[in-house]
Amino acid sequence: MLENSVLFSLRLSFQVAAVATFFIIVIGVTIAYFLAQRNFRGKELLDMLFTLPLVLPPTVTGYYLIILFGRNGIIGNPLYTWTGWSIMFTWHAAVLASFVVALPLMIKTTRAAIETVDKNLIHASYTLGHSEFETTVRVILPLAKRGILAGTVLSFARALGEFGATLMLAGNIPGKTDTMPLAIYSLAGSGEWSQANGMVILLTLMSGLFLYFANRYSKRII
Amino acid sequence: MGLSVHLKKKVKGFNLDVAWEIDNELTVLFGYSGAGKTMTLQMIAGLLIPDDGFVRIDKTIMFDSNKGINVPSQKRHLGYVFQDLALFPHMTALDNILYGSDTMRKSERWERAREMIETFHLERLEKKYPAELSGGQKQRVAFARSLMRKPLLLLLDEPFSALDNPLRIEMRRFLRDIKNRFDMPIVLVTHDYTEAFTVADTIIIYSNGNVIQTGIPQNILDNPLSPEVEVLVNNSPLSYSSR
Repeated sequence: MLENSVLFSLRLSFQVAAVATFFIIVIGVTIAYFLAQRNFRGKELLDMLFTLPLVLPPTVTGYYLIILFGRNGIIGNPLYTWTGWSIMFTWHAAVLASFVVALPLMIKTTRAAIETVDKNLIHASYTLGHSEFETTVRVILPLAKRGILAGTVLSFARALGEFGATLMLAGNIPGKTDTMPLAIYSLAGSGEWSQANGMVILLTLMSGLFLYFANRYSKRII
Repeated sequence: MGLSVHLKKKVKGFNLDVAWEIDNELTVLFGYSGAGKTMTLQMIAGLLIPDDGFVRIDKTIMFDSNKGINVPSQKRHLGYVFQDLALFPHMTALDNILYGSDTMRKSERWERAREMIETFHLERLEKKYPAELSGGQKQRVAFARSLMRKPLLLLLDEPFSALDNPLRIEMRRFLRDIKNRFDMPIVLVTHDYTEAFTVADTIIIYSNGNVIQTGIPQNILDNPLSPEVEVLVNNSPLSYSSR
């Protein structure tokens, strides 16, 4: 039988990953679109900035997020004085951490997919009287669909496994912010192997499954 | 008056400077690859902005650098058939054709689509995707799509280059057919001698970003104005039979 705390971690993990992935799709696709289709100064710098969390140690990303969103942070402080609410040590913080860490996976795959869409198809759409927005919705995004799907699956998998930045930002509060990776850390620390085993196997199986789907989608776009 | 252009554009080591005007006729832009023919079409269509000059379609100013006018591609109301045809791979033949007419009323749209399908003999191919069509069929879908919204002008960028020879000959007949059926200027870009000299009412010869001779095919064959044109014309299999 699964214990309540395990079930809670399982549910919380999926909730955090799902919400983070939702924002990743909306914001990631938009950013990828502008990076692929527009030319502006500092474009590659911006791309680098968004990609940085992919290579930075998650604790460093978490550190930056504390500087930004902590109770005394650049954004966190005015938010706290204005509303009396701080994101720190809530499940929202886990969403924010997962979002920032997994976002580059979406941007990278989607940008590549959009860039492979034949320029002539976009031009054809323009000469047929369609605006840039219409062309994006009816030609570019449908043709970049597989890249976006691959990005979604990878981001969700990454969000589900997020540990370092989440620990920094949301803490490891049992029954509140302990997602599966954090719960495994606590269980292993206190020697409760049998409970950890279940979660470890579950996460491993799911990650494998996600990779399988991501590969299937991305293979067909390249 | 059909189409009148004066286009100047500098890009990395290449300098385009051309001016010409044509009536409702089939005009061929002829010359070697890299002479600026496709670039000219792109500027007429508003897909590329000239540094200087103007584009007038049927007296409407579409671009004028002096007056600061630049009508976007969407509003230039022209048909463009691309070299690779640029059919939308995720849409059926019918959806590709319908995509060219979103501004029309629904009933008008369907009627027009039916008309195009008939004109281009696309019956029974409506539900097929571009990948399931032959080269010639794709060609006809691309033409149908570009003519769907009754353009003021038709631009053709080597649309037959991917076809086998017998099919190309058929497509030339088909092109004359289009010309007779739709009264508008047609500009065809090609570097194929036979194609240029068999279909054209007027030929504009491009070389290295400039126009080096303009005229009806027979005049150009009989009276090349420069050694360069002579070389181009002498390479043409037609020049032997016509002399």
